[in-house]
Amino acid sequence: MSFRLEPRADAPVSLKITVSLLAALAALLLVAIPVSLAGRSPLEAYLLIVQGAFGSMFAFSETLNRATPLILTGLAAVVAFRAKLWNIGAEGQLYIGALAAVLVGSGLLHLPPALMIPTVMIAGFVAGGLMMVVPAILKQRFGADEVVITLLLNFVVILFIQMLVEGPLRDPLSMGWPQSVALIDAADYPKLLPRMRVHFGLIVGLAAAIVLWVIVRKTVLGFEIRAVGENRAAARFAGIPVNATMLKVALISGGLAGLAGVGEVAGVKGYLSADLSPGFGYTGIVVAMLAGLSPIGAVFAAVFVAAVFVGADSMSRATGISSYLADLVVALSLLSVLVGSFFLRFRVRYEKTVKPVAGA
Amino acid sequence: MEAIDILMSANFWAAAIRIATPLIFGVLGALICERAGVLNLGIEGIFVAGAMAGWLAVYLGAGLSGGILVAALAGGLFGLLHAILTVVLGLSQHVSGIGITLLATSASYFTYRTALPNVSTPPRIVPFQPVSIPGLSDLPFIGPALFQQTPMTFLALALVAVVAFVLYRTPLGLAVRAVGDNPAAVEAQGLSVRGLRIGAVVVGSALMALGGAFLTMSAFDAFFFGMVNGRGWICIALVVFASWQPGKALLGALLFGAFDAFQIRLQAQIGQVVPGQVFLMLPYLLSIVALVVVARRADYPRALLQPWFKGQRH
Repeated sequence: MSFRLEPRADAPVSLKITVSLLAALAALLLVAIPVSLAGRSPLEAYLLIVQGAFGSMFAFSETLNRATPLILTGLAAVVAFRAKLWNIGAEGQLYIGALAAVLVGSGLLHLPPALMIPTVMIAGFVAGGLMMVVPAILKQRFGADEVVITLLLNFVVILFIQMLVEGPLRDPLSMGWPQSVALIDAADYPKLLPRMRVHFGLIVGLAAAIVLWVIVRKTVLGFEIRAVGENRAAARFAGIPVNATMLKVALISGGLAGLAGVGEVAGVKGYLSADLSPGFGYTGIVVAMLAGLSPIGAVFAAVFVAAVFVGADSMSRATGISSYLADLVVALSLLSVLVGSFFLRFRVRYEKTVKPVAGA
Repeated sequence: MEAIDILMSANFWAAAIRIATPLIFGVLGALICERAGVLNLGIEGIFVAGAMAGWLAVYLGAGLSGGILVAALAGGLFGLLHAILTVVLGLSQHVSGIGITLLATSASYFTYRTALPNVSTPPRIVPFQPVSIPGLSDLPFIGPALFQQTPMTFLALALVAVVAFVLYRTPLGLAVRAVGDNPAAVEAQGLSVRGLRIGAVVVGSALMALGGAFLTMSAFDAFFFGMVNGRGWICIALVVFASWQPGKALLGALLFGAFDAFQIRLQAQIGQVVPGQVFLMLPYLLSIVALVVVARRADYPRALLQPWFKGQRH
């Protein structure tokens, strides 16, 4: 008996969803091992995680609050990865977006909220987008690998932000804390629920997911992104403007990450500081993969990942199990979904007769 | 002129070599993986795993050489996982690498927290001590700079020679290089593309973990959260800078170490005028500039990032 792999043309949506769910389940099962080794009941831990993430209106609001930047950084990875532009720099783009929001929104302009909020958003989008366009141009002009450059830029940006909030941007009223001047009230995102932290950024995230879905499914740009992602040489041969498409993808991808930064400043903190993001940019990659690079799926994946983080925090407080368990679940989800994607790409066929194993 | 004084001090060069040591391990490890055609972005996490596992083993009484072994083993295991995902299943090397970094980092932190639940100050171990080599260590200038390092630095330097020798002077090295350039030719020779790639990734990842172990077992005496702090990523940049050659990798790591040691000393003198972050940014900016400058001439292993399935035709 032997088996061979048959490439699939395109996996049906139902299979994609099944694979994502199975991957998340596999991650949770795998995490039972370290929890047991730590001498705790995995089942109890899971129950506490679910309770901590969804057990009350407050918990649910916290989960949605945490999911908000992840939807946007997830979409940033979705659009980039679809074109095989490996943007690993969403973390830095998020900070640059947040910086732009503070520069524009903390007193430079005075507009009514209906104009102020869009202005701040556009500033953040453009700043984040340009932050990704530069590596994309370096790739086109010099062949410099965008993975390493976007990755290294994350460190540069965070140090730059540190420098600004300790220096020129520091709020003189912050009692020496390294944080910037606050946004003016007109620039603040409105809250969605009274006394809860979930804010307008969630609407921005949902809208971005829908817009991206439309772009990907219904527009010429979406077709071009798909063509470029599948085979760059063939796309060029077919007359698709590969370089222009890549720049558009870079702008959108970085811009979405920038919007995530705007949301954290305008919706949550109110000011810029170097600890604005606990790695939302990197977690966005997990969200995108869990979503199978689907814009709508990214919303659900972001809520799942956010629930794991919020729930694990509360579980950790109750049981003393380290909250790094959440990172472990997220990392294992990414790897399981990656394994799952193998089954989306190939159909594994078993055969009685012994034939040479045929590949892709 | 203060800058000249810095460059003239043996102390400075000793620090440069010390800072370069983990990078030498890391860049050699990354180089072996990439020569075989596999990009390993797990390096940052594998550094953390090596630092934690090595330290924990010593803390639990395994001894320093035991710690080295445990660190290498941890790195090798994460390398094996990366190899299964990318070589056997042919999945995206970028995404798998990021996943390995997330997994190795969070698993290390989780293990550390679980093993030591109630400590606020990190417990210390007795790390490797600098060894004096009779005669050589007494040489003026060169002695204190080069010959009063810990054994792990000497190991790193020796590994450069070993890796270069194996890659360029042995049939195994030829096969590894070929598998990253032209896997079809390797298969035609009746060699296993998969086997060679898996082996290279496991060995390379074990070396990366030693870079992490150097931090906790030689440079410092404890494990801290966030202590790897981007060193792994710098190694990925250094491999390109080194054009995938061990000799140039050593040179790049040493240049980097010298630059880092230099900025620390310069910062002490003009830190009042220029914010410290500027100096901290420079290594990353320098890496980016190096990547852009070198990229055009870069002689990438031609099958880098390309999965290989048996019987495949191009």
